[in-house]
Amino acid sequence: MMTFLTGLRTFRRGPWEMLASILIALGVVMMMQPWVLAFYTWSFLVTLVGTILFMVVGKFPS
Amino acid sequence: MTNPALGRLAKATPPGLAHRLRGLSDRTIAWIFVAPTIFLLLAINIFPLIWTIRLSFTNFRVNRPNEAVKWVGLQNYSRILNDADIWATMTNTAHFLFWTLFFQILIGFALAWLINRKFKGNDLWTTIIVLPMMLSPAVVGNFWTFLYQPQIGLFNYAVAFVTGADPASFSMIADVRLAPWALIIVDTWMWTPFVMLICLAGLRSIPESIYEAAECDRASPWRQFWTLTIPMVLPFLMLAVLFRGIENFKMFDLVVQLTGGGPGDTTLLTSINLKREAFEKWRTGYASAYAVILFVTIYGLASIYVKALNRVKQR
Repeated sequence: MMTFLTGLRTFRRGPWEMLASILIALGVVMMMQPWVLAFYTWSFLVTLVGTILFMVVGKFPS
Repeated sequence: MTNPALGRLAKATPPGLAHRLRGLSDRTIAWIFVAPTIFLLLAINIFPLIWTIRLSFTNFRVNRPNEAVKWVGLQNYSRILNDADIWATMTNTAHFLFWTLFFQILIGFALAWLINRKFKGNDLWTTIIVLPMMLSPAVVGNFWTFLYQPQIGLFNYAVAFVTGADPASFSMIADVRLAPWALIIVDTWMWTPFVMLICLAGLRSIPESIYEAAECDRASPWRQFWTLTIPMVLPFLMLAVLFRGIENFKMFDLVVQLTGGGPGDTTLLTSINLKREAFEKWRTGYASAYAVILFVTIYGLASIYVKALNRVKQR
């Protein structure tokens, strides 16, 4: 966990890609779940932030 | 030593052309070869994408070309993301996607594992299993509509034979609870052979010597399966999930032929709903926003999936 947080602080690709992947997966789950409409409403924003983050962090040093 | 054919070719080349080609750098020649592809890519993929994003912020309707186009900002996105009907199509798609992938991977891998064993008539069985995937989705949709008929359908009679129920007492494509499963059965029937072929390629790529070494180490068949077969076939399985996932996310033809999105909206998938918004209701701006939402979702998913696939392949 500490390695992960240190990686985020020092802008390392691995932890940031992990964070972006979690956001994308979370957004997709929010979009497809059949229970809470509010989750669906915010799902696109979460997925979009995750996708843009994923493209940006690809340029970070590994 | 010079090739005489090359010498003749050099002599036959007009001096003007030879001079012009000689004046071009390798980089320029490379650009000349690549330029048509880049141009086509820009014209067919990139420009429509940018245009769709632009239209998604307007109230443009393609059937009213003379009407003034108004910039509506994020209104289209807001309406889509607060629409319970569109949300229902998303959950329908998720249900269809999850179960088709689950059954196709499970049955596809099991079939590949069986076909990979050497037995008489192996090639014949492979051909028979692969047949459904070679049919047109329109044809498959049509004949499964007949198979699902409550009065004359063979599927109903088969179910009745097993369960003892009256074949006319249920209708797979007209019942709200059964219709989504009717689609899943047909898609699984049609596309499991595709997954089987990919898994078979994976299984046949595993060297026999690895299993021999495992047997020398007294590894049980169960242990060999979980520690050798599955890890080595995993990249192929992941590829199959990627291909089938993308295909099923945009599933259209089979569903239109079988249920048309009904009964009610129980089998209405996002691609069918998008087509209705764009080409039946002619709400182009709204449909563009819908398409952008789906594009970002698929792009995001595909990005992390390809990353995971590369990681598995590097192991």
